[in-house]
Amino acid sequence: MADRLEGLALEENATYDQEALNYIQRAARYGMYDIRGLGAKRSLPGFEDLTFLTGSMSRYPLEGYREKCVTRTAIGTRHAENPIELDIPITIAGMSFGALSATVKDALGHAASEMGTSTTTGDGGMTPEERASSETLVYQCLPSRYGFNPDDVRKADAIEVVVGQGAKPGGGGMLLGLKMGERVARMRTLPPGIDQRSACRHPDWTGPDDLTIKIRELREITDWRVPIYIKFGATRVFNDVKLAVHAGADAIVVDGMQGGTAATQQVFIEDTGIPTLAAVRQAREALEDLDMRGTVQLIASGGIRTGADVAKAIALGADAVSIGQGVMMALGCNSPHYWQNGEAVSALEDYKALGTKPGYCHHCQSGKCPVGITTQDPELEQRVDLEEGAKRVRRYLQTLNMELTTLARACGKSDVHHLEPEDLVALTVEAAAMAKVPLAGTDWIPGGAGQ
Amino acid sequence: MAGISEGKAPESNGESDLRFDLREHSVRHINGRLHGDLSGIRHVAIDHPDGAHNLAVGVDAPVNIDIQGHAGYFIGGMNQQAEITVHGNVGWSVGENIMSGTVRVKGFASECAAASGHGGLVVIEKDASSRCGISMKGVDIVVGGSVGHMSGFMAQLGTMVICGDAGHGLGDSLYEAVIYIRGKDHGLGADAREEPMEETDRRKVAGLLEKAGLDYAPSEFRRIASGRTLYHWNADAEQEY
Repeated sequence: MADRLEGLALEENATYDQEALNYIQRAARYGMYDIRGLGAKRSLPGFEDLTFLTGSMSRYPLEGYREKCVTRTAIGTRHAENPIELDIPITIAGMSFGALSATVKDALGHAASEMGTSTTTGDGGMTPEERASSETLVYQCLPSRYGFNPDDVRKADAIEVVVGQGAKPGGGGMLLGLKMGERVARMRTLPPGIDQRSACRHPDWTGPDDLTIKIRELREITDWRVPIYIKFGATRVFNDVKLAVHAGADAIVVDGMQGGTAATQQVFIEDTGIPTLAAVRQAREALEDLDMRGTVQLIASGGIRTGADVAKAIALGADAVSIGQGVMMALGCNSPHYWQNGEAVSALEDYKALGTKPGYCHHCQSGKCPVGITTQDPELEQRVDLEEGAKRVRRYLQTLNMELTTLARACGKSDVHHLEPEDLVALTVEAAAMAKVPLAGTDWIPGGAGQ
Repeated sequence: MAGISEGKAPESNGESDLRFDLREHSVRHINGRLHGDLSGIRHVAIDHPDGAHNLAVGVDAPVNIDIQGHAGYFIGGMNQQAEITVHGNVGWSVGENIMSGTVRVKGFASECAAASGHGGLVVIEKDASSRCGISMKGVDIVVGGSVGHMSGFMAQLGTMVICGDAGHGLGDSLYEAVIYIRGKDHGLGADAREEPMEETDRRKVAGLLEKAGLDYAPSEFRRIASGRTLYHWNADAEQEY
């Protein structure tokens, strides 16, 4: 027998590969779907599948180190008395106090303020710390309405009505009992320690016609001062953008399939929504169709990591981008160590206890974050130093912005908002079809006009 | 104060009052004034609402506001301190996210009355439609008539007193809110269960009925509260999630 097996190749079954086997065996053992944090693990068409056609002969590049490139960005110019004015078109996405520690929320506020951009609250309401540290704070109005109140509405610089999230479009949030500490529970009006399931839809409106009136209510309460954004997970983007414009949005946030979460069902993360790349292009087309481009601003989010991603999102049609997971990683998410008193301390044992390793961790839902970012444990929370954290996020945003302007200048643009789809080509047929830019070296756009 | 009639309103005690007429003043104008300095003003009347939406939203002052007729959606939304009375029917989401004070509807209310209310009191003297008190977070709600389906869905904290009947799915996925119902329900929602009425329950119902100006015997009410079986993940619960 041993002789017969010797030399037999171990070939993985394409249908029942290790991933499928693990899934089936886990489901058979527990009878329960998997809940996890962070974003999609599967490979998706993304901004890395596009490349810029920078200046050469037919276009003239700007001097990278000397000539200015404008990055100022206005959001909410349609109706609001006080539109948001950002120094850079890179914002920090909504992440809740509860999912993240109060220290992290505070650090994000400081970093955003130093870079002249906005940060955003999340499910769980506004903490006084983040309001104090955030020069420009976007206040999310979520289906759960945890901690939502008119005092905080009036303290906000913009309001973001969250319809859905890229990692879980159509689904509500989760906060497992391990993260439902005393303060989080108080803000959410829930008993400490329970597993909290957020609503997937708002309690006081169920469609765009109601939302139109709801948005006017928010405008009335804030005396029409601040912009109202609508954020949704990217699914039927073309129609959803049109309805959001109809409902009165000043700005639209489209969160693609690569977006992250603190916790949700694995099946939501991997099997719902469309990639950010495709979503941005569809959103732009919907705005152009309504002759609203430039009037209603578009913010793209979902897996934006680098300055190149930012530049490509803007070239495809976004006025700004919003980053969540990238910011967490700048803070140290998935790092092998954390910093205390200026020294690196190994977190490997903590990763091991979670059954994972740095670089592979997606255990935000557990509340046992080895580097103290997605936790409510007071001891773990101390692993994030507020000042150091703010500095790291600021440097990350600064790097993204420098890369953005470098690419814009190389394309001959003195303003990053002058980037356009014509500056891009695709490296794969899939990306060409989704982004509606030609395949590199051709003038072919799959599914384009005349195909 | 251009465009605002100063004068005595109905039920006025003669103090400085404001009176608005929706045929002459916009909702924006009225709300803007209600968000301004209301010192010395105890009573505000709003005539001819004619179904207007978003009236008296975001008020944060101890004033009495009388809306003299039928009104639209989100009336008295996010109220703080004010005592708002609608002398007619209202559309969706009356008193949504109320923090304190009172919103009273003399007639009927459409869906989502007092949704996600954090505090204060919402009184619907006649019927409320479906999803009344959905996601409530501390508000007290008294409905003189019946409520529609899925009322109290995911209600976290506060009390709802229903003097009539309730549609199906009453109290689905309740957290710590408690519902008292006098009539029949057409089925409780997931994890909602009937519990014995204690003396504290009867006192609470009596107190809320008195505040609402409704005359029913507390002993006629049943208590519906959370079975707390959904507080923690349980694979055996299957579709209950």
